Amino acid sequence: MAGLGRYLQSLLLRELLRGLRLTGRYLFRRKITVQYPEEKTPQSPRFRGLLALRRYPNGEERCIACKLCEVVCPAAAITIESEERGDGMRRATRYDVDLSKCIYCGFCEEACPVDSIVLTRIYEYHGEKRGDLLMTKQDLLATGDREEAAIAADRAQDARYR
Amino acid sequence: MQFLFELFREAVLAPLSELAPDGYEPQAFYLLEVLSLILAIVVPLLLCVLYVTYAERKIIGYIQCRVGPNRVGFFGRRFWGLGQPVADAVKLIFKEIIIPRGANKRLFVIAPMLSVAPSLAAWAVIPFDDGMALADINAGLLYILALTSLAVYGIIIAGWASNSKYAFLGAMRSAAQIVSYEIAMGFAIVCVLVAAGSLNLGRIVAAQTGSLLHWFWLPLLPIFLIYFISGVAETNRAPFDVTEGESELVAGFHVEYSGMAFSIFFMAEYANMILISVLTALLFCGGWLSPFQGLPLFEGLLFLQEPNIVWLLLKTSLFLFLFLWFRATFPRYRYDQIMRLGWKVFLPITIVWIVVVAALVAGRIPPWFD
Repeated sequence: MAGLGRYLQSLLLRELLRGLRLTGRYLFRRKITVQYPEEKTPQSPRFRGLLALRRYPNGEERCIACKLCEVVCPAAAITIESEERGDGMRRATRYDVDLSKCIYCGFCEEACPVDSIVLTRIYEYHGEKRGDLLMTKQDLLATGDREEAAIAADRAQDARYR
Repeated sequence: MQFLFELFREAVLAPLSELAPDGYEPQAFYLLEVLSLILAIVVPLLLCVLYVTYAERKIIGYIQCRVGPNRVGFFGRRFWGLGQPVADAVKLIFKEIIIPRGANKRLFVIAPMLSVAPSLAAWAVIPFDDGMALADINAGLLYILALTSLAVYGIIIAGWASNSKYAFLGAMRSAAQIVSYEIAMGFAIVCVLVAAGSLNLGRIVAAQTGSLLHWFWLPLLPIFLIYFISGVAETNRAPFDVTEGESELVAGFHVEYSGMAFSIFFMAEYANMILISVLTALLFCGGWLSPFQGLPLFEGLLFLQEPNIVWLLLKTSLFLFLFLWFRATFPRYRYDQIMRLGWKVFLPITIVWIVVVAALVAGRIPPWFD
């Protein structure tokens, strides 16, 4: 008997019609597509994008070339060389980040004792030729100078949890 | 539309035939007339094919809560992405056609033509309005049945000539599937011609005159469903797309095809889809007859009641929409399920219903067969 009922149901296309009803309803649902260049998805202040090096408010660069970031970097994207500067402080003479190796894990930022290397919320950048994504210390500092306000605001917002 | 058709005859063809020198027979221009009529059918058809692909992407996108293509437009404006199919066509035309080293070169090139030719040729007997067919022949339905079954050769040859296991498997599946559903489809058509008493498509539509309830979908309801579902199977569309089998066979019979050769298969598939939709509208849903005909409620509105090509186009688009809706809804049938459905479900029902229809016709049962 149950078999006959099932047979009749399949003959009357019951389940197929139910499926069609469902997709038919979805046809008129609000579309969730985000039209990217015009619209953007909301971003967390913890977003991990392009790397930058920060400075102190007096203009002195924060990095003390301790190389903790270089050690912790799982992709070995950071290369640091350091030297003693004239005033007896140790400074990086070379601070290269290969963005084509970087996996944006943020370990470098966690490891940094002076909040020098940070990940900004910038994700729209590109390189057009080989080496464009090889960031030198100057590039990183420039990004940091340009974005300092946003970087500081994000850090302040997240300070409670750090 | 009828008007345009006649306008074309009078304004273009009649003056042309008068240009002929005295010794010439007017038949000399018969070829020209037929050729221009063919163009008048094929060019809009290909445009439809182009925009059915757009509609497909849009509708399936909407069902999946996406917006579908909406970037490529004309004249620097977007126009909801209406330029997308044109851009796709241009891309496909300029792509390289790669012929695999192990392939049978001649068959490989012939296969797409073999699959597109029947799907275009079948349109010769389709009447778009009363008497508005390229060839108003008596055995129209038979001709269509013959041509739609020819389409499988293109697929089989494509699979065979590619010399690739995926293409071969796809072609084998397609052959088995099309042959099985051809039978159910043939029987469904037999039901229609028993009911209409004619193989001529124009007369089949004329036999449905009356009202919405006089159309053949009502007395032939199971056959109507079976015909349309077999049509979906016949065109290798989801959920019967085991021939393409995206997830199992890469792309089935046309894995090895690229560029224009591939797009010709594509064109054949979509032209077939439109053909099946038009046929379903003609055979079961009164073709160009108005759905408001014979309803007392719409008595005063003559323009709504008159038969018009617009009704045929509307019905066709409805069935085309169903094709796309099915594709967005149903998962692919397993191969043995397809065979079961064709042989164990559709075939018996159609055979039983031939007897039922014959009884209805013999008994002159109103309102259809009195």
